[in-house]
Amino acid sequence: MKTLKFLLRKEFKQIFRNPIILRLILIIPMVQLLILPLAADYEIKNINIAVVDHDHSPYSQKLLNKIASSGYFRLTNFGSSYSEAFQLMEKNKADLILEIPSNFERNLAREKNEDLFLAINAINGTKASVGGVYLGQIIHSFNQDIRQDWLPVNQTSTPQIEVASINWFNPFLNYQIFMVPGILAFLVTMVGAYMCSLNLVKEKEIGTIEQINVTPIKKQYFILGKLIPFWLIAMFVFSLGLFVVARLIYGIVPLGSIFALYAFLALYLVAVLGVGLLISTYSNSQQQAMSLAFFFIMIFLLMSGLFTPIEGMPFWAKWIADVNPVTYFIEVMRMVVMKGSGFAELKNHFLIMFGFAVFFNSWAIWNYRKTS
Amino acid sequence: MKQFLAFVRKEFYHVFRDRKTLLLLFGLPIAQIILFGFALTNEIKNTPIVICNYANDPISHQITDKLGAGDHFIVQKQLLSHQEIETVFRKGKVKLIVVFPPNFQYDLYHQNQAQIQLIADASDPNIATTITNYATRIIMDYQQGLSPSKDVPYSINTETRMIYNPELKGTTNFVPGVMALVLLLICVLMTSVSIVKEKESGTMEILLVSPFNPIMVIFSKAVPYLVISLANLVIILLLSVFLLGMPVNGSITLLFAVSALLIITALSMGLLISNVADSQQSAMLISLMGMLLPTMIFTGFMFPIENMPWPLQLISNLVPSKWYYIIVKSVMIKGLGFEDIWQESLILMGMTAFLLVLSIKKFKPRLS
Repeated sequence: MKTLKFLLRKEFKQIFRNPIILRLILIIPMVQLLILPLAADYEIKNINIAVVDHDHSPYSQKLLNKIASSGYFRLTNFGSSYSEAFQLMEKNKADLILEIPSNFERNLAREKNEDLFLAINAINGTKASVGGVYLGQIIHSFNQDIRQDWLPVNQTSTPQIEVASINWFNPFLNYQIFMVPGILAFLVTMVGAYMCSLNLVKEKEIGTIEQINVTPIKKQYFILGKLIPFWLIAMFVFSLGLFVVARLIYGIVPLGSIFALYAFLALYLVAVLGVGLLISTYSNSQQQAMSLAFFFIMIFLLMSGLFTPIEGMPFWAKWIADVNPVTYFIEVMRMVVMKGSGFAELKNHFLIMFGFAVFFNSWAIWNYRKTS
Repeated sequence: MKQFLAFVRKEFYHVFRDRKTLLLLFGLPIAQIILFGFALTNEIKNTPIVICNYANDPISHQITDKLGAGDHFIVQKQLLSHQEIETVFRKGKVKLIVVFPPNFQYDLYHQNQAQIQLIADASDPNIATTITNYATRIIMDYQQGLSPSKDVPYSINTETRMIYNPELKGTTNFVPGVMALVLLLICVLMTSVSIVKEKESGTMEILLVSPFNPIMVIFSKAVPYLVISLANLVIILLLSVFLLGMPVNGSITLLFAVSALLIITALSMGLLISNVADSQQSAMLISLMGMLLPTMIFTGFMFPIENMPWPLQLISNLVPSKWYYIIVKSVMIKGLGFEDIWQESLILMGMTAFLLVLSIKKFKPRLS
């Protein structure tokens, strides 16, 4: 125990000796937490429509007004030909082209049937299909209006199914309340994993590890001495993010048990720092540790469901997401903050994270050799 | 020139000596482009949903079958009370609950109107809107089938064409983004430590006392990474075309040229960081922790940039990969030529020049 105390004192001295790094560790995550959630917004709005109206009738005008007033679309351009509008799409000035044929109103009245032509830039598939559905709904309702205007009352009625949708837990579909916890979780992960993975290898590079190796310090103490300072720093960064940035700036207060959240964080950090240590024991230089850490952090990030839903991934990718500790932490963050979950709902998460913590740390201790 | 070549050779030795890093340098982009090319998508498939059918009549059963028919939903049938819905959502797997009220079919035929309720777990707003849209579309399609449009007078039909990506595949959007991300970050990361490392190990002093122009010292550092990145670029392009099925509709030479431009931009950024940082650790903190998330978000392949508040749209202009992403989409997918991307290319060139000048300015030919 006494050994550990001395080791800790040494580690803290080393960390506090370089104030630049300490400042970077605090400032980088907080600035990002302030800015990035504002940018991370999937809501599909401001869809730019280029309109090619060959008809110029009161009814085509009515339709355009209806589209413009829906709030989802911006009528950016009224061209005279499809090819002109298409050029706008090539230049990213239009996401959607709506072509209204000539004599739209007359044909509709005479032949009781008319086509509209819609071209959607589908490079971003989600945006395209959502935009298509929105516009389809608007045209459908416009169609209903016309029928009501033109048909005698008793004929207007075809059976209508009305779809009413309700959103629970986040009725206004606020993206910030969804993104802030996730981004905070990831930033804390980066702080812990990077710093930890570099630390041990730095001693290898400078050669001071030899001095530790010749002392009778047990390796689990040595590893523990490396782990605890970063555990504390990461805890601090997390609290700063949760109580200062999330609460004061975004007004996000977790609905569930904060105690459960911290208990999980404590366990999670042990697991993530274990990954950092593991990377460290496998590398010989900081550059190696860095590129390895980059590789894993990037996978952790993109396979964690932070930005893209895990639900859409192929089965093998889901499997990777399942063995990714970050997935669980982000899930727990969101469950506690938004759904008000507590220990009862998080039992499985705790068990799995405990498994990760034991696994990574024992691997790291096993792989750290005092003799080369 | 001969001196310069000698220095470049020295840098190559440095890089090739460290076999592990070299392996990573080639392995990283390959693994990432494959992994993310296949795995990243905004599509949502096979979501478990619960149908609470209080109506239990033919039409509600037909709609239920329609909902379960595609690969969007996995349907469970269960009657849930309000409280039970909350417990189901808390557990986290089920994302949507469809409620048919009692007398659904009767209302539909006798009052010509009936309501279906969709209750979504909106803790993930993205999933909630997407699956609500899927379900709405399926129900609307069914309703159209109830009253074939020919019988109803005054019908407006829409003929929709999906351009560039008719199958709405996620790869078309994500592969160019991942390309930009991987190329940029790896180049920045690797060069950012190059100068600082010499400072740390003390060999910088030796370089500085040599009669060689200090600016050339900086340039020679970037050359090996330029070569490696170009090799990586070829591999990445081959993989995305042959493995991920990305089209190359435009000129491949043009694509290669602008990619090389992005690589050079990234290298100059790395050099700048390396000049400013005092230790490998801080260089890495800046280049990884500082750049990973902002690059990912501001490139625009995750979140549409036009949705962001305007100050952030301004910030996004500073991210080189944003411009590269626009170029790659234009050249690879839309098949446009240089006349349509010269502005973006010019911006990248401007950035490169600025970063290079700045890092030369910041380079101190003296130790402390």
